[in-house]
Amino acid sequence: MPAQRKKPKVAVWKFASCDGCQLSLLDCEDELLAVADAIDIANFPEASRAFEKGPYDISLVEGSITTPHDEERIHRVRRMSRVLITIGACATAGGIQALRNFQDVEEFISAVYASPQYISTLSHSTAIADHVPVDFELRGCPINKFQLVEVINAFLNGRKPNTPAYSTCIECKRRGTVCVTVAHGTPCLGPVTHAGCGAICPSYNRGCYGCYGPMESPNTASMSGVWSKLGVDRDGLVRAFRGFNAFAEPFRRESEAHERD
Amino acid sequence: MDATRRGIQTEIVLAATDLDRLLLALKETGYRVYGPTVEDQAIVYGELDTAADLPRGWTDEQDGGIYRLKKRDDAAFFGFAVGPHSWKKYLFPPEVKLWSAHAKAKGFEIEEETANPQKMAFLGVRACELAALGIQDRVFLQGSFVDPVYRSRRDGLFVVAVNCSVAGGTCFCVSMNTGPKAESGFDLSLTEVLKNGDHYFLVSAGSEPGREMLARLPQRPAETEHRQSAAAVVENTAAHMGRTLNTEGLPSLLAGNLDHPRWDEVAKRCLTCANCTMVCPTCFCSTVEDVTDLSGDHAERWRKWDSCFTMEFSYIAQGSLRSSARSRYRQWMTHKLSTWHDQFGSSGCVGCGRCITWCPEGIDITEEAKAIREAPQKTGGKP
Repeated sequence: MPAQRKKPKVAVWKFASCDGCQLSLLDCEDELLAVADAIDIANFPEASRAFEKGPYDISLVEGSITTPHDEERIHRVRRMSRVLITIGACATAGGIQALRNFQDVEEFISAVYASPQYISTLSHSTAIADHVPVDFELRGCPINKFQLVEVINAFLNGRKPNTPAYSTCIECKRRGTVCVTVAHGTPCLGPVTHAGCGAICPSYNRGCYGCYGPMESPNTASMSGVWSKLGVDRDGLVRAFRGFNAFAEPFRRESEAHERD
Repeated sequence: MDATRRGIQTEIVLAATDLDRLLLALKETGYRVYGPTVEDQAIVYGELDTAADLPRGWTDEQDGGIYRLKKRDDAAFFGFAVGPHSWKKYLFPPEVKLWSAHAKAKGFEIEEETANPQKMAFLGVRACELAALGIQDRVFLQGSFVDPVYRSRRDGLFVVAVNCSVAGGTCFCVSMNTGPKAESGFDLSLTEVLKNGDHYFLVSAGSEPGREMLARLPQRPAETEHRQSAAAVVENTAAHMGRTLNTEGLPSLLAGNLDHPRWDEVAKRCLTCANCTMVCPTCFCSTVEDVTDLSGDHAERWRKWDSCFTMEFSYIAQGSLRSSARSRYRQWMTHKLSTWHDQFGSSGCVGCGRCITWCPEGIDITEEAKAIREAPQKTGGKP
């Protein structure tokens, strides 16, 4: 048998997020015991109150930076982590809460909170990589649990993770799904969206919502042209590109191009 | 013909109501039968149990980026053009495990995949698809290396061709000289005839297993009238091609226009989504992914369909060679229509039209070639 490795110390960190991505780790079911066996979980509040101090071999970071406090905290996490992996659309693109980036946050605060003076927040929700160097970004809203295991696995075995950045169309075609745009006239973001989910929505006759963000070479202008021909108006285009990855650069630019003054 | 002299028919008439007998005969001979069937508002390829699984009474309308399933006003079994799937999914599977490895006290042990798939019969292979099969045979079987995955599936394949009775909106097999009549490469070929209330198939054998299969079918002798009607079906299809492509001097024309401004035009439209390559019945590129389990004691190598439209496809040290959409579309189209000739001695395009129909943006390879021909920068070059 191969030499017993020292188990890497892994910490899971939450920033502005819904917890769905880190819960993917608990959702691993069949793989969970193997994962728990292969790593030493030093910090994972969703799973256990146990906490071990750093430094950590791997930090899995979920969520975006939305407060001055978190802006500081992410630097501490980075300093304590040999490898920092961001998981999910919040951590890699700012998440759905990045919709604030297109509006005036002060206005929201005064409208929503009875005592707005207690609210300390940033004007923008931003990706972790906008603040600290990130070693690997795992896309998705939520992430695919098999991809999460693949990333941990690749790290443990010193290899490159298999998380291709090509379009979701390739996943559709490999599984034999009929193209919903061509055969049904359904608007679908698949051609500009990063693969990874396994092309779930088109297999249920729905268009892709772009949960995995922009693919490696997204032609968003041509995509908008396709959607326009299918009858989607400018407001519809703005909404399409303003989903969970609204602030990912190619999607942000495309939604702004269709915004009415 | 020898077979005819020995009293074995090579051409018969099969009543449409007896088509099920062909499926039955194939299954009795040990084949799994695959063919066209309706799924998710398209005609795809899947496993067939009886003739009732066929898209009887259905047809399709196709144009750049558009496919619509429509009802026919008759009960034709094969009254449609090719759909989103091609037969390559059975012979060159989209994802296949090549081998697995297990760690030992010293080194590791490799376990090869010894898949021995059940014999397959393809029912409803069109002439353009036979040409595509021939091209993939050349790539996977006739080069310096034989692909064992393809070989194990291709050996013993029984092919039932169908001569096309309708031309799809994006079909151009006549231009590519690949159809609409299946000339060779099949075991049986069918021409469906609906005429004056009569509905039958003219069935021809193209091989010894085909002749044996023919003998198992209920039949009427094929008369001149049946042959004429069948020929008229194919002629009518040939006269109604949705697209045309002028192939005269095309390989050198494209080779001489690698800096043509048209490549910039098409790059503005191209989504680099790779759909054209996935649906193409001749595209044969694959990538391998190595996976390990968490312990690192077990590893597997998987082969998956790849595409020249991905960045990683041309990734070498320092980055991707073809980072622009322009270079990727140009690579794909010039390979199909130009450099394929140098590499494999034929065009890589069979005129099935799938890349036109299934491009969400409707980019049309025949239009692109035409645009360059109409305003060439150079009239020719060394391919």
